[in-house]
Amino acid sequence: MKLEELRFGTELLKRGFASMQKGGVIMDVVNADQAKIAEEAGAVAVMSLERVPSDIRKMGGVARMADPQKVIEIIDAVSIPVMGKVRIGHFVEAQVLEMLGVDMIDESEVLTPADEQYHIDKKRFKVPFVCGARDLGEALRRVNEGAAMIRTKGEAGTGNVVEAVRHMRNIMGEIRMLKGMDKQEMTDYARDIEAPAELVIECSERGRLPVVNFSAGGIATPSDAAMMMQLGADGVFVGSGIFKSTSPELMAKAIVEAVNHFNEPEVIARVSRGLGDAMPGLDIHTLRDDEVLQTRGR
Amino acid sequence: MDVKIGVLALQGNVSEHIDAFLLALDRLGCGGTSSVLTVRHPADLEGCHALALPGGESTTISRLIDKNHLYEPIRNFSGGIFATCAGMVLIATHVDDARINTLGLIDMTVDRNAFGRQRESFEADISLTGFDGGPFHAIFIRAPVATHAGNGVNVLSRLDQGIVAVEQGKHMALSFHPELGGDTRLHERFLKKIGV
Repeated sequence: MKLEELRFGTELLKRGFASMQKGGVIMDVVNADQAKIAEEAGAVAVMSLERVPSDIRKMGGVARMADPQKVIEIIDAVSIPVMGKVRIGHFVEAQVLEMLGVDMIDESEVLTPADEQYHIDKKRFKVPFVCGARDLGEALRRVNEGAAMIRTKGEAGTGNVVEAVRHMRNIMGEIRMLKGMDKQEMTDYARDIEAPAELVIECSERGRLPVVNFSAGGIATPSDAAMMMQLGADGVFVGSGIFKSTSPELMAKAIVEAVNHFNEPEVIARVSRGLGDAMPGLDIHTLRDDEVLQTRGR
Repeated sequence: MDVKIGVLALQGNVSEHIDAFLLALDRLGCGGTSSVLTVRHPADLEGCHALALPGGESTTISRLIDKNHLYEPIRNFSGGIFATCAGMVLIATHVDDARINTLGLIDMTVDRNAFGRQRESFEADISLTGFDGGPFHAIFIRAPVATHAGNGVNVLSRLDQGIVAVEQGKHMALSFHPELGGDTRLHERFLKKIGV
């Protein structure tokens, strides 16, 4: 077969890659050893970053893309897909990760934004993107920019699932509400939520987002993960929840099993026993405005 | 014939497989009397004429097959198996990764991620031997290939990197994703083989 007959980086390939992740757990890792633990536990992919969100909170300062050397070490250590976080709007960090061979890029509010006006023009890349969202309008703006996957933002690094729940309920609830609208009402609603009307109509027809929708930001236990699945998530991202718990191997395996059996309380009860302590949690209401990550990018 | 098809629903693109089989059954004129359902436990396999092994992460799915006590039930399954991408890795006799507990139902050796990483994933029109209606638009996502197939295996398509479509007995394995493209000719061929 001739190379010119092949097509790379198409929308179908990007969304197809995302759909292969469904029913899976994607785990934050900061080095190759953690990546191996995640793969061994049954993660469908790992997310490489410089520091997990709870450490970003503690250390303050500017949080950036991971050191390319670390990313390469992680890519070499595992056979599952490797994702990487870049700052909102930082298209050169994204070019670097694409060059390194990262399989999906997370344009993430967990890192310090590089552009407060524009997100990355994701259609210019061959590699697919995942982006955070708190409601339907935000999700569809990101899809319109070329995101092949959405993850609800939650509030990363808190070990508190309340914001993840709020954002998943927002999106699922808004899609359910569309069912009762005619086309004119949907067009009007699209204007209200600042989303393209054709994407709003597509959500109504399909009864879901046009792309895979994972949950993220605050998942710390197997029960948290299973709850997000029952609320309609296609899968979960776990950030600090694995490697800030007292037994990362056990916690990682238990969360994978809980996602696999999210509708079976007897399994969730069994896998949740004797895991040691989950990561320390934060009450969202104690965060100062400048400590809230979910409001970055809109 | 009332057909019952199971889709292994441990991880991966399960809903796309369900939709593609429903469409193929419809096109064969037996949509009304057939059902496609998810398989998570051994009991779910009862009465199934076929089982689809979807795309996803083969290391993850292999681990979950063991955890859910599905390895022997799938190995001994009497119906046909339709395996795509990660499914092709699982159904082989040999794979280049010791962590995967292969089912050994199609006599072939499979290399994972044979084309490279996601940026090397591609779409292409490929030719399938003994197939009507022209080339098949195939979607390869971090796809595997078979580097060797046994005598009893019917090779349907081969690229420079290796074999990408095979049949053995009632089973079919593909390194690409026919469930994503809307072309159900391969699904229909498989369904006819199991007697639909």
